[in-house]
Amino acid sequence: MSWFRRKDKNIQTASSEKKDIKEGLWVKCPSCRQILYKAELMQSNNVCYKCGYHFRIPASNYIEILLDTEGRQGYFQDIKPCDPLKFKAQKKYSDQLSAAQQKTGKNDAVQVIQGQINGRPVVLAVMDFSFIGGSMGSAVGELLARAADLSREKKYPLIIISASGGARMMEGAYSLMQMAKTSAKLSQLDHEKIPYISLMTDPTTGGVTASFAMLGDINMAEPGALIGFAGPRVIKQTIGADLPEGFQRAEFLLEKGFLDMIVARDDLKSKITEILEILHVQA
Amino acid sequence: MAKTVLEFEKPIHDLEQKIVEMEIMSSDSNVDMKKEIKKLRKKLVEQSKKINKNLSRWQRVQLARHADRPHSLDLIELMCDSWVELHGDRLFGDDKAIVGGIARIDDQRMVLIGQQKGRTTKDNLYRNFGMPYPEGYRKALRLMKLAEKYDLPVVTLVDTIGAYPGIEAEERGQAEAIARNLFEMSRLQVPILVIVIGEGASGGALGIGVGDRLIMLENTWYSVISPEGCASILYRDADQKKKAAEAMRVTAEDLLEMGLADRIIAEPLGGAHRNYKETALTLKRVILEELKELIIIPVADRLEQRITKIENMGVWEG
Ligand SMILES: [Zn+2]
Repeated sequence: MSWFRRKDKNIQTASSEKKDIKEGLWVKCPSCRQILYKAELMQSNNVCYKCGYHFRIPASNYIEILLDTEGRQGYFQDIKPCDPLKFKAQKKYSDQLSAAQQKTGKNDAVQVIQGQINGRPVVLAVMDFSFIGGSMGSAVGELLARAADLSREKKYPLIIISASGGARMMEGAYSLMQMAKTSAKLSQLDHEKIPYISLMTDPTTGGVTASFAMLGDINMAEPGALIGFAGPRVIKQTIGADLPEGFQRAEFLLEKGFLDMIVARDDLKSKITEILEILHVQA
Repeated sequence: MAKTVLEFEKPIHDLEQKIVEMEIMSSDSNVDMKKEIKKLRKKLVEQSKKINKNLSRWQRVQLARHADRPHSLDLIELMCDSWVELHGDRLFGDDKAIVGGIARIDDQRMVLIGQQKGRTTKDNLYRNFGMPYPEGYRKALRLMKLAEKYDLPVVTLVDTIGAYPGIEAEERGQAEAIARNLFEMSRLQVPILVIVIGEGASGGALGIGVGDRLIMLENTWYSVISPEGCASILYRDADQKKKAAEAMRVTAEDLLEMGLADRIIAEPLGGAHRNYKETALTLKRVILEELKELIIIPVADRLEQRITKIENMGVWEG
């Protein structure tokens, strides 16, 4: 996995820009360093057509990749985040929220859509890393809880696609409790024997991994995705040593027994269809 | 008697010293100092109350992690008429940062689980500074399942600065272990009483912290991350921990106001570290009181109440 080491010091970019696809016609693959034609990259679901590196993509792309065009319906779009602690560090949380809302056009870091995958109805919840690092505050917790409830009510399988740096500190203990809330809701779904598939994308860390993301009947991840509880930087600081190559990547988690499979973006829809055909007999 | 004295504890400490000196003097000589001592004791109480009332959030954090603060095993030993510690997760090993076992207080049998810090350096290394590995959470879950089997209530004592962030912890699935506990605790058939006795940081605390009631000792804190952690991320300066503690609102009183904690247990004057016995006795009384209430609720109702309680955690619009 050479793409995690950047040897050429001349290509320094702000960390937020590193893996996003920016404006312009061309983009350089961080893994194989191939110059890629953006239009072509888009056609390959933003997977490098030379080496298979999976670029980060926004939530809306996953909706396009997974759901049939017909019969999509957005849910719970009136749910919005609040600033219960009137939190202010270097920035005001309320300002951060407005900025993120303006940037993404969404209320918060998760969208819930009911739709069909090859004709099979599902409830899909997709996180968006570009909304304050996909962090989980009360609204994200509530949206995921409602997605699980919707899935339970309709008896449609639930799919959650995670991309998150973890809990949203600016909501203090409220954000922590979203871990309990989402997990409790999944236990209710579990009781009804409705399939829950968790897809972890790059990155899925902290409180999101330590709650709903790890609780799938099927846990899957995209190739190369960073997945862990503690962030690599914190671990490095704690142990005072370099981390082994490939540590906390999807391939590592598969090897350690915490994933059922790694699925390339192109195969996502067919793989989920295959799983649901076996696990979920429709009424 | 306290061995470590924090800056804001000095007036209390000085008065205590003075009282001790006077007691020695009056027993060594014929001078009757009873009146003086009485006066000083009164002053000590007033001083302690005054200091306690004006503590900042960061000072509460300091008390929650006071070097002399009683830890789980200190309290368990003082509270329980019977305590049989049980070890191991049956999967990998026995984590020393989470202790657990079957216990009896008066006539009430229960499963007790607590996060355990050390006091000396050697002890702290043994306990991994109270930072559990995945096997700690899995041991806790095994014991909760045991509780379910024998219809015993579960009491958990939360006291950790977080789950251990290390290579082996990740390899063995720290995230999965915590997630599994949240999932299972939300539907465990027996009552779960959660009590924060010191520090409650992040998923590492919550991993044994989902239950029917959340109770906090007076000088404790509970949040999504430690004030230092928050400061280093959001202020890019760990020294801003005081500000971070204020901004995140981490104290017991804060959590009560936020509707997340159900009850605060008052500590002995000056803090739990000044009187282990009194702390343990109060804790014991509260545990018995709370369990008595929880046990009589029919299982289905209790589980519904637990889910409703968890569902309502958070503030959102719409
Ligand atoms: Zn490439």
